[in-house]
Amino acid sequence: MSDTTTAAAAAVAPASTETVLSVENLKMHFPVKGSGVIRRTVGHVKAVDGVSFEVAKGTALGLVGESGCGKSTTGRMVTRLYKPTEGKINFEGTDIANYSGRQLHPMRREIQMIFQDPSTSLNPRHTVGSIIAAPLRIHNMVPKNKVLSRVQELLEIVGLNPEHYNRYPHEFSGGQRQRIGIARALTLQPKLLVADEPVSALDVSIQAQVINLLQDLQKEFDISFLFIAHDLAIVRHFCPEVAVMYLGKIVEIGDRESIYEHAHHPYTQALLSAVPDVKQAAIGGRRERIRLEGDVPSPINPPSGCHFRTRCAIAKDICSVVEPPLLQIGKRHKVACHFPGEIHQHPEKPVTAPLLGVDEFGAPDPGASPAEVPGDGPGYADTWYDLANNTRGRA
Amino acid sequence: MTDLSKTPAAAPAKDGAFLSVRDLKVHFSTSDGIVKATDGLSFDLERGKTLGIVGESGSGKSVSSSAIMGLHRGTNAILSGEIMLDGVDLLKVSNEEMRKRRGRDVAMIFQDPLSAMHPYYTVGNQIMEAYQVHNNVTKREARKRAIEMLDRVGIPQPDRRVDDYPHQFSGGMRQRAMIAMGLINNPSLLIADEPTTALDVTVQAQILDLLQDLQRDFDAAIIIITHDLGVVAEMADDVLVMYAGRAVEYGPGKEILTNPEMPYTWGLLSSVPDLTASTEAKLIPIRGNPPSLLNPPPGCAFEPRCDHVAKVGGDLCRTTLPALTPANSGGYHTKRCHIKNADEVYEAEILPEIAPDLVED
Repeated sequence: MSDTTTAAAAAVAPASTETVLSVENLKMHFPVKGSGVIRRTVGHVKAVDGVSFEVAKGTALGLVGESGCGKSTTGRMVTRLYKPTEGKINFEGTDIANYSGRQLHPMRREIQMIFQDPSTSLNPRHTVGSIIAAPLRIHNMVPKNKVLSRVQELLEIVGLNPEHYNRYPHEFSGGQRQRIGIARALTLQPKLLVADEPVSALDVSIQAQVINLLQDLQKEFDISFLFIAHDLAIVRHFCPEVAVMYLGKIVEIGDRESIYEHAHHPYTQALLSAVPDVKQAAIGGRRERIRLEGDVPSPINPPSGCHFRTRCAIAKDICSVVEPPLLQIGKRHKVACHFPGEIHQHPEKPVTAPLLGVDEFGAPDPGASPAEVPGDGPGYADTWYDLANNTRGRA
Repeated sequence: MTDLSKTPAAAPAKDGAFLSVRDLKVHFSTSDGIVKATDGLSFDLERGKTLGIVGESGSGKSVSSSAIMGLHRGTNAILSGEIMLDGVDLLKVSNEEMRKRRGRDVAMIFQDPLSAMHPYYTVGNQIMEAYQVHNNVTKREARKRAIEMLDRVGIPQPDRRVDDYPHQFSGGMRQRAMIAMGLINNPSLLIADEPTTALDVTVQAQILDLLQDLQRDFDAAIIIITHDLGVVAEMADDVLVMYAGRAVEYGPGKEILTNPEMPYTWGLLSSVPDLTASTEAKLIPIRGNPPSLLNPPPGCAFEPRCDHVAKVGGDLCRTTLPALTPANSGGYHTKRCHIKNADEVYEAEILPEIAPDLVED
């Protein structure tokens, strides 16, 4: 009870800086079992390997990356469908990472999820009405005789005909089914919605409808979003803040402009250059792009040092020895690279070496003293490392 | 059948067209009535060129291309029209003859390589089979050729990976293996049905690069079916926009994407965000849902979702199906719309919404 009162008190505070979710050094290692009678653990899939980020109230953080980079696993840990191996999930000030099932029950109201594939995330044998009413019943939100009217209200909010509560999911089209999934997530009036690829299974014309719906709901109910998607254009449209993941780690995180206009990590740059552009039709032919060779390495045995170095065009010796820290290089911009810079402007020498107390090949440098790395932690610090002058910058 | 193919609507084939489809109809008879999945489709394609087909799911993109592959034989589909490939009508040849051509002259790459490959056979076996069916060679030669092809599409260590099963490949590698299988007999026409939809952007870029390289090497004609307008913009020479089983706009890719004259194409362009557009602007979706193909609207199939009906006046849109007429931009750009001055409407109303930065030039 005391939790809810503090949450209510916090809601009065100015909304712009208030953090709803703060994730710190979150890890998820799935055990790999050997064959045979005694299924010994022979290794770990490091699906998520130490990510930290913050989601402010009423905004959206986008998580992008290739398949297998751990973005969905991160989403599932935040909703506590998985129990993290390590790390903290601070939701409105309380760490829910190690909560038991019973403790989680009230939290489920606050954090809800929208799934990718609306045809497999809705029970085909339940009517839409009972699917949407299930959270209401479980949490005893409204008296029994009010459930139906609440369900119809929700159907109306997401743009479906309220009279269709008696139909089954198969009677709806893909876009409509996704709206049912959204209505179900909204029933408990959550503070945080984890949307795992909410539109990638839909046709382009329907995608726009669902994105607009999500934006309207966000404005109306002041919901925060953790928006997981691989479509960079959609994430740019929806999320003021974006984190790029690669092989279980965040390689670059920042506000929309830093990521899309001033990307400093070679992976983000490659990802952005790979997106086919409609405007190219006016010029003809293919766009100039950074080609990434090969596939993402296995998360069971990731490369030493920087995870991206095996496919990176600018990798040097230090990259295989020392893992680059997530370094804050702007007011709201962090990047994990030894040579951060805009395309074709990457520095010659690793900027991180003096901070980490190593020389430019990654060997420990007895002369240097390791300094504190700006931007270590889920949020953004007031001071950062200024790349232009190699000094500390300030807001 | 012959009568239908000689309808006046079917324009004469362009000179030198390698594939020429005329008034293709694919209808399915169901207990609820006839589903007109494809209803009068015509296009031409030259060697070494790429045609992009775009449209929503259920607009008849895949059904039309399966008709070219002859995959509707033995089903209850009713086909009519003409598919001329190098002077031979693929709808008239015998099943045995089509079997010989399938894979040798026409090959197809499917959307999901995991379900298109047999999980029980090694990748090498499946590629070899495609080669041995059409060439009288020993197993050893076929294997050598399979390894060559895997190498050509960029699979590392092809001599070892040839013995792997499909599940041991990553998504991008499986799609490469599918392409190797499709191209092993040097087909002159390759149909790629959503070849990159299931893939990540970086892998998608690799696969599109590969398709273009191979097209240059083998001088093949490619039909690429996709719903991603970006892919079409970068790959296709010609674009065909399909809606409810019909072509609604057809012409050179540049014209279609820079001067579209059909409200459906406008809708497609305005509903996708791009990497440079303003984020304040709302996406403009096409309202409603695609019509049922069982009883499509009597007039223009897009009329129930169209915002520009008032510009035509009267009941024309609701009662009369517009013909595929030459667009105002000239060339072989055609559109199926009653709006007379569609190019002016596009510049005055649509362009400012989707690309305000382009208006002033």
